[in-house]
Amino acid sequence: MAEKEKFTLVLFSGDLDKALAAFILATTAASMGMEVTMFFTFWGLNVIKRNEGPIKSKGIMRKMLNVLNRGGASRLKLSKFNMLGMGTWMMKKLMKESKYPSIDEFIEMAKEMGIKMVPCSTSCGILGLPDDAFTDGVMSQAGAAFFLGQARESKTTLFI
Amino acid sequence: MQADESLDCFGLMCPMPIIKTAQVVKKMKIGQVLEIVATDKGIKQDMPAWCKTTGNECLAIEDKGEEIKVYVKKTRE
Repeated sequence: MAEKEKFTLVLFSGDLDKALAAFILATTAASMGMEVTMFFTFWGLNVIKRNEGPIKSKGIMRKMLNVLNRGGASRLKLSKFNMLGMGTWMMKKLMKESKYPSIDEFIEMAKEMGIKMVPCSTSCGILGLPDDAFTDGVMSQAGAAFFLGQARESKTTLFI
Repeated sequence: MQADESLDCFGLMCPMPIIKTAQVVKKMKIGQVLEIVATDKGIKQDMPAWCKTTGNECLAIEDKGEEIKVYVKKTRE
């Protein structure tokens, strides 16, 4: 069988709306038979942090950061009209009423489809995120060279 | 049109009809036809694109106003 077409994207943003766009395209690409890699960096790491429990990081600044910037797919906010959470709450309600999957459900679908979800090692280092900060099924951390290695083999690449 | 399998995507929005189609087609045999009943208007463009990329055949699209019926024939593994 011919080698699969590849699709690679970077999710830099931790916003609910942008994460949604990323997962829509990633799962659709996988359903079209493409091999998909999602590379999560900086605020994008919030999307794949596990929802439960504290995130243990070293040093007072990183500890503070991971309390203020807790993340987790169920805690993401809209990039616009968050309105202290009201806007995000309404958007989630509208999505639910439209039978649309949540980011948590998209992550589960992505895992079932064999989409590779890779956290950026530099961001993890700076932000103080250990491997167990992430939801199950996320791959081990990798760097820019890994992303570029995947990207140059891909027909389609995106930065969100 | 006669179909071997049917998939209810009523009320589902992009990309769910496509993702569900891919899941069902995977389990079907070559030559079998899947009928998809959807309400997402994007499916009229999306299903031919999905078929073209995956090498399957989009036999027909029947737009009945609110409801859209799409027929996909599995032509390869």
